[in-house]
This record gives sequence, C-alpha cells and structure tokens, in this order.
Amino acid sequence: MARVISMKDAVNEALDQEMTRDPTVIMLGEDIVGGTGAKGEDDAWGGVLGVSKGLYAKHPKQMIDTPLSESAYVGAAVGAATAGLRPVAELMFVDFVGVCLDQLLNQAAKFRYMFGGKAETPVVIRAMCGAGFQAAAQHSQMLTPLLAHIPGLKVVCPSNPYDCKGLLIQSIRDNDPVIFLEHKNLYASTGDVPEEPYAIPFGEANIVREGDDATIVTYGQMVGRSLEAADMLKKDGIEVEVIDLRTLSPIDMDTVLESVENTGRLVCVDEASPRCSIACDIAANVAQDAFGSLKSAIQMVTPPHAPVPFSAALEALYIPSAAQIAHAVRKTMED
Amino acid sequence: MAEITPILMPKWGLSMREGKLAVWHVAEGATIAPGDEIMDVETDKIANAVEAADGGLLRRRVGVEGETYPVRALLAVMAPESVSDAEIDAYVAAYEAPAAAGDEGEEGPSYEFADLPAGRIRYAARPGDGTPLILIHGFGGDLDNWLFNIDALAEGGPVYALDLPGHGQSVKSARPAGLDLMVDTVIAFMDHLKLDKAHLAGHSMGGLVAGTVAARNPARIASVTLICPAGLGAEINSGYIDGFVKATGRKDLKPALMHLFKDQSLVSRSMVDDLLKYKRLDGVQDFLTELAGNLFANGAQARQVAEALAASGVPAQVIWGEADAIIPAAHAGNLKGAATHLIPDAGHMVQMEKSAEVNRLVRDFVA
Repeated sequence: MARVISMKDAVNEALDQEMTRDPTVIMLGEDIVGGTGAKGEDDAWGGVLGVSKGLYAKHPKQMIDTPLSESAYVGAAVGAATAGLRPVAELMFVDFVGVCLDQLLNQAAKFRYMFGGKAETPVVIRAMCGAGFQAAAQHSQMLTPLLAHIPGLKVVCPSNPYDCKGLLIQSIRDNDPVIFLEHKNLYASTGDVPEEPYAIPFGEANIVREGDDATIVTYGQMVGRSLEAADMLKKDGIEVEVIDLRTLSPIDMDTVLESVENTGRLVCVDEASPRCSIACDIAANVAQDAFGSLKSAIQMVTPPHAPVPFSAALEALYIPSAAQIAHAVRKTMED
Repeated sequence: MAEITPILMPKWGLSMREGKLAVWHVAEGATIAPGDEIMDVETDKIANAVEAADGGLLRRRVGVEGETYPVRALLAVMAPESVSDAEIDAYVAAYEAPAAAGDEGEEGPSYEFADLPAGRIRYAARPGDGTPLILIHGFGGDLDNWLFNIDALAEGGPVYALDLPGHGQSVKSARPAGLDLMVDTVIAFMDHLKLDKAHLAGHSMGGLVAGTVAARNPARIASVTLICPAGLGAEINSGYIDGFVKATGRKDLKPALMHLFKDQSLVSRSMVDDLLKYKRLDGVQDFLTELAGNLFANGAQARQVAEALAASGVPAQVIWGEADAIIPAAHAGNLKGAATHLIPDAGHMVQMEKSAEVNRLVRDFVA
C-alpha cells in the first residue's frame, strides 16, 4: 500500500527491493557503506547523505566500498555490467563525472553499437545533482545536457518520491547504461509511494498539471518551482500546463508537442546552464515541429551562464525562481 | 436549530480534499427528496452528480457555482418553513468554524486489510446494523470503483468493498488467476468478517464472481445485484480487454478507458494516472494477462453463471448501462427470473455515471 515517504527513503527502498529481487544487482562507490575493512562501526555512513544507510546489513555481499577513485570503480562497474552483473555505482556528486567520463562516453555508451548489438551494459550511475545546498561550484551542477548529449546513455532526473522509486527500479532493470540524477534539494521532499516494487517506463513525460493557456516543460527541482508559478498565475486566471520530462534521454517530445499544439505558448525551464541546455533542445524541437501552433516566442528560464555561486544570497538568485517562471509565462501572453 | 439539515461538499475516496461545485440542480424553495440529484461536483479525478442524503425544503444555497470548496464545507441549508431566515443566517455564520476544525482533525474512513488464504486483501468497511452488502469490482478495477456508492448504500446497512486478488492494493502473487481464486476469496472474506449471510453486488467480472459465489453457496447469500456483469453471455469487447492489459503508458491506456463511459470526458488525467500506478506494480501485468486469458480469451467469455444462478434460487437483479461498450446490455435478458433495469445514457461504469439511480435500485432490492 502507499504511504508518505521522502525521496531519500524512496531511493533506499528501490535499491533494497532490487538487491533482494536480483542477487546480480550490486552497489559500489565511496562510503556507500562506510567503514568497511576499518575498525569501528560498519555502515557508518550509508552514502555521503545517508541514502544507502541500512542496506549493508541486509545485502553485505552486494555492496562494495571503493577507494577514492571514480575512474577505477566506474570502470569496474561498466566492466561488471558487460560480464553479467547489474551494478549501481554511486558517483556521489555528478560534478565528479569528469574524472570517469571516458568510461561512460567512450566505453559504456558505445558497447551496444560497436559490438553489433551483442553487448549489453546494464549499469546505473547514481549521482546527486543540482544547486540550493550551498555546496559551491564543484558540487552543485546540473549536468543533464552534458550527459543527454551522449548517444547510448539514458539520463533520468526525477522530481518526486513516487517517480524516483519507479524510475530507479526501471534504471536497474534496463539493459543500457543509465545516469540516474538525484537532486539533493529534493531528498527531504515527501509523497505517496507504494510499498510494492514498480517500474516507470522511460521516455514518458508526466503532465503534472493541466492547463490551456501555456505549457511549461521542465524536470527535477524546477517542477516544484513551475507548479508554484502556475499557482501564482492561476490567481490572474492563467491556466498553465506543467510537463515533467522525468527522463531527458530518451525524451518524450510527443507529449510536449501535443501540449504546445493545444496551448500555443511554451516556456522551457531548466536548472542547467543556458547554453546547449535541455531548454534549448525542447525549444528547438518545438520551433521545428510545431511552429505553426506557436502564438508567441518561446521563452527559456535558466540560471545565468556562470558557475553556481557559493554565497547563499547569490545562489538563491542563480536558481530560477517561481516569480521568474511566472514572468516568462506572462511574456508569452503579451500581444 | 435541530430542524436545520446541512448539505455539505461530499468526500469521494481518501484522497479528496476539495471539490468544485459545478452546477446546482435545485433552486431555493424546492422540496428535495432523498436520492434527488441536487448538484454536480467536480474533483481533479472525476465529476459526478451529488444525491441528497436527506429530504427537506431547500432554504438557502451557500455554495456558488464554479467555486471550489473543501470537503464537508457547507453548500446549502434545508429547513422547514417554521425556521426563520435569521436562524438560517445564524446557522450559516456559525458553520464556518466546525468545518475548518473538522478538516484538520478528522481523516474519514480509511482502508483495512485482511490476511486470507489468497494473501493480504484490502477492503473498506462501513459498519451498521442488518445483513451486510459486499461490493465486488470488475476486471482491472478496485474498491474505489464504488466511490459514489459505498456511503450512499451504507445508509441502508453495513457495506463492505474489497479489492479482489491481483487488484487494487490486494496481493498480486495469488495464482492461478481465475474465477475460483476470486470466488474463494469472497467466501474467505465473509468468513474472516464472520458474516453468515450477505448481499452481494458485483460489477462486470465482479458480477460473474458474485453470481458464482451465490450459485455455490446459496444459503449464505441473501441477494445478488449484477451490474453490467460478465457471465450472462458470450460476447465481450476484446479490444478493450487487450488494450487495457497491454497499455503501459497514458497514451495507450486513455483510449482503452474511453470505452468504459458513455460520457468519455469522465476519463480524467488523474484517473489514467491512478490506473497506470496500479498497472506498473510488479506482478500486475502477469496477473491481468493470465486472468484475461482464463476468462476472456479471443473476445469470448469462458465462464457463464446464468443457469447456475437461476437454479440456486437466490434473488437476483440485473442493472445495465444501455450504452455499455464492453459487454452488450442485451445479455441482461439472459438471467431467468431476475428483475432487469436498463439505465439510459450510461456506459459500462453505470454505477459511477448514474450512481444515484444504481444506489436507489440496490437499496430497494436489498431492503
């Protein structure tokens, strides 16, 4: 039955249930257990924010604390996936992807294509993403566009606990490499989540709110902000449709196009840097395939093209706000 | 003040917090009889007419068309002519506080669970005196298919609604997925609740289940109401069954669900989402595939109940939505000796589309 749990607990439950269901599902990463091999408490950390806390006691043979070498353990995970396991490697912060990018960009993403479809690489790279935690420029990035740009990788970024559990289970069962991005600012958010395991298919956007006046397309933390903006606009009689993409690769352009064909107005909201972003991608596709439906210029709401600031005051200004989103929607409604 | 009867925003299901008063069907000064449709209410899940629980003279409409109100908000006041306008004003003014307090404290009836031989079964209970009524949903449904019925029917006596195995929040691993599993579960459910005797009402596949339970245990079943039931003829819309079973996303599922209603605008985003959430649960796809294969393979109904039910002597009535696109309403005539009621302007989900009429028919029959 469904009960209210946090997104952090939804991740933990998905990992627990999948490791129980399938002994080939393994986890590896830095401090995902914490203290293994050392004197003192086992399971001291459970991941840097405690997401995998408690799993080691149930699945001691399926969890490996690795040395501080992303290039080594992400490579090991990719290799283990080709050899029959279903590894879930935790990259801690997606900002660290730089040191293990070859393993993903040139190896995992290419195997299915370069080995004539005979190689499968069912690996999941879990990583925290996003700003709002005062974690500074090297621990706060939203690198979805960078990863979605690579054919052969699937990229997932859930906005709520229900989607998080179902998409993580799907990621683990999927036979291709998946980058699973958990927004650290959403870990504490709560929602109804069934106790039973379930999988949400990739490439299916979720219409989180229906409306006929304008379409907001977004994902991750920006879904909540967009809903706040929709509430603000409703007071002025403006009904906004809010689409949560859920997966950035594959991407559900059909749902976006159908909505824009109805509303005629589009606002793309993205927490990633503005250049070559998910927002640009959506805007370009709509401009190409639904130009005739547009009643006004497409608007994009993104942070400035700058690293995420450390200062709390500046960081708050950096992240797109509900007011900015509402302003962009109003702009699409001007004559 | 005791003569004043409030009309409140109804609560349909656990998740409903507020509803929009879409349109009034009664004017101030009108005399309302219990069961009359008094207004239309819309939620993010569904729209429906609200029937009066009590009768009386409608003195004051408080709710405004097009406005949204929290559950149990005061929408109108009934009172005899002897009550003065000033008293009604005072009642309306005083009502605000208890509504706000009730909203926070009271959660309303919740679901319960029973551990039966098939596994864990979810059910809803409305206690009361008299022979209880058990509501049995159809293929792919759950107890919330009785959203507009359970509370109205509970005015006549105790009512239970369960999720059959493989459905709703009940066990998904019970096998084989077929009629016997469903029938045995209903009997085990009655045993669990220590119900010697009960009325049954079943919708669609639940009608086949209810009829079969009665035919096998006539001494324990006081009456059977079959609503758009399976089991009274051969034909069934295989396009719907296959479409429902195979759908994995909103785009496939919504067109399948449209077959269920005469008024297809009732298929809301939220209804589709809720069903997708159910269909995604591990085990559901396998269960429904097996069940559909056992009961409805190749567009034909494999199990029939008309003869056995007629022979059992258990009183039965048949209710059918005339525009049913899943199972032809013409099957209604195949149950010998049963009263049949064809309801115009309604499809397969007649208990939702014409809830007031179905509730009246069931209440009268059970009484």
